[in-house]
Amino acid sequence: MNMLQALRQLSPEQQVGLLFVLVFGGLLMVSVTALLISLQSKPPEWIERHRLFKRDLRAVWVGAVTFWLAWVSGPLGATLLFGAFSFLALREFITLTHTRRSDHRSLILAFFVVLPVQYLLVGNRHFDLFTVFIPVYVFLAIPVISALAGDPERFLERNAKIQWGITVCVYGLSHAPALLLLNFPSAPGRGAFLVFFLVIVAAVAQIVQEAFSRWLRSRPVARAISRSFSVRAWILGALSGAAAGGLLFWITPFKPAQALAMGLLAGGAGTLGEFVMKALKKDAGVAYWGNRAAVTGAVGLLDRVAPLAFAAPVFFHSARWYFKL
Amino acid sequence: MSRADLMGALLAFVARLITGAQGHWKGCPPEALQRIYFANHQSHLDWVLIWAALPGELRARTRPIAARDYWTASPFKHWLTREVFNAVYVSRQRTDDQDPLEPLIHALQAGDSLVIFPEGTRNQTGVPQAFKSGLFHLAEAFPQVQLVPAWIDNVQRVMPKGEVVPVPILCTVTFGAPLSLQDGEDKRDFLDRARDAVVALRPTAA
Repeated sequence: MNMLQALRQLSPEQQVGLLFVLVFGGLLMVSVTALLISLQSKPPEWIERHRLFKRDLRAVWVGAVTFWLAWVSGPLGATLLFGAFSFLALREFITLTHTRRSDHRSLILAFFVVLPVQYLLVGNRHFDLFTVFIPVYVFLAIPVISALAGDPERFLERNAKIQWGITVCVYGLSHAPALLLLNFPSAPGRGAFLVFFLVIVAAVAQIVQEAFSRWLRSRPVARAISRSFSVRAWILGALSGAAAGGLLFWITPFKPAQALAMGLLAGGAGTLGEFVMKALKKDAGVAYWGNRAAVTGAVGLLDRVAPLAFAAPVFFHSARWYFKL
Repeated sequence: MSRADLMGALLAFVARLITGAQGHWKGCPPEALQRIYFANHQSHLDWVLIWAALPGELRARTRPIAARDYWTASPFKHWLTREVFNAVYVSRQRTDDQDPLEPLIHALQAGDSLVIFPEGTRNQTGVPQAFKSGLFHLAEAFPQVQLVPAWIDNVQRVMPKGEVVPVPILCTVTFGAPLSLQDGEDKRDFLDRARDAVVALRPTAA
């Protein structure tokens, strides 16, 4: 308890710095160990497992460096960084859905108007407009532009796809920098911790849920979408998210019970987001998006941002509502 | 770094930002050999896409073909094609005393690689039209030059005909195994074989 108190007495900057030192130190240790182990000769199935592990480890590195950059570069940098993520994720999403030629103008609107405006709103902390810009104004504008293109074929379906892509890739993700910029009067300068808190909680929930669904082997809720996703595993995942949140309460503006509740919410929403993305993958006929060499050859960014894109808006709104910010 | 180099770097960056410009080297590695790349042609962006998908060190010696009357019409177009892309100019009007392939032959004699679109024109149907005979004549005259088929995928979605602003959508360029002209092979047979080689590179699950 003494250590916790000592930690609380540090300034927010020092705490964040310490956090990153811990995270990067841990990552470095894991990476060096993995490298040393890989120097010995191993059976082929082990090499395959190791390859997957290295891929995941690389993703974690990229994520950690990203958040460090987001923190170092301040509000402007964070906004630009997540704006770039949104752009890449939306590009990947649109590639995988079948758009028609007449969607061209709507897509230009999505990429070159909606996305920059949404991030401008975040960067300038216009949170009231920010939360309704896409659900209200863009929701109405997209079908109008689309109708003006004069192509009635599969009109609703095409518009729904574009709207959905915008909502997940732009609206959802833009809530991450919004969290960073959210000002808690009781604890100024704590925004970076909230994003970190959200990412850790969502990741813990995701990993625990996956581990339990393999171990419990209980009945999957929707076999056609995911052979492993079960209600029990999901609940355990969300609960472990809550536990992680509770343990991390000291870095947030929350009290322990509040941190627990926020962790439950974010963990639950994040794992559901991953589940929804699985359904989407099945629909697009892709087993693993990152490996879609045929069309995209992309990095599979959409996969990795899905839990964040689903958890961040829920987290942001509940925090704002509960703390009346 | 000259202004042309900067422009080239900028264009390659924009092409990667918008399309990803992923090069998949299925049939041959990206090597600094003298080659003629031939591909399907659906959009104005095709050349830039192939160019951006090539590794940087191959770009300088890989040249596009440009119609002289259009691409020298304004100073900017002329500068862009001459300085940035080092294009080979061909005239679209046929004159009796000149072989239209002559500028290409000069470029190949100088050791450069070329990118050609043997359909001759852009085509929106998704299936390439019959190839024009230029490829055959070049293959005949330069048997030592590798003929590499390439399939450009998805680019028609980036910028449909009549639009000016491109939409960001990921595209790929798939490079296949080099072909060569066989002894006594008929012109039509060879051109059909070359076309089939390009079509065979099309990704199956689109």
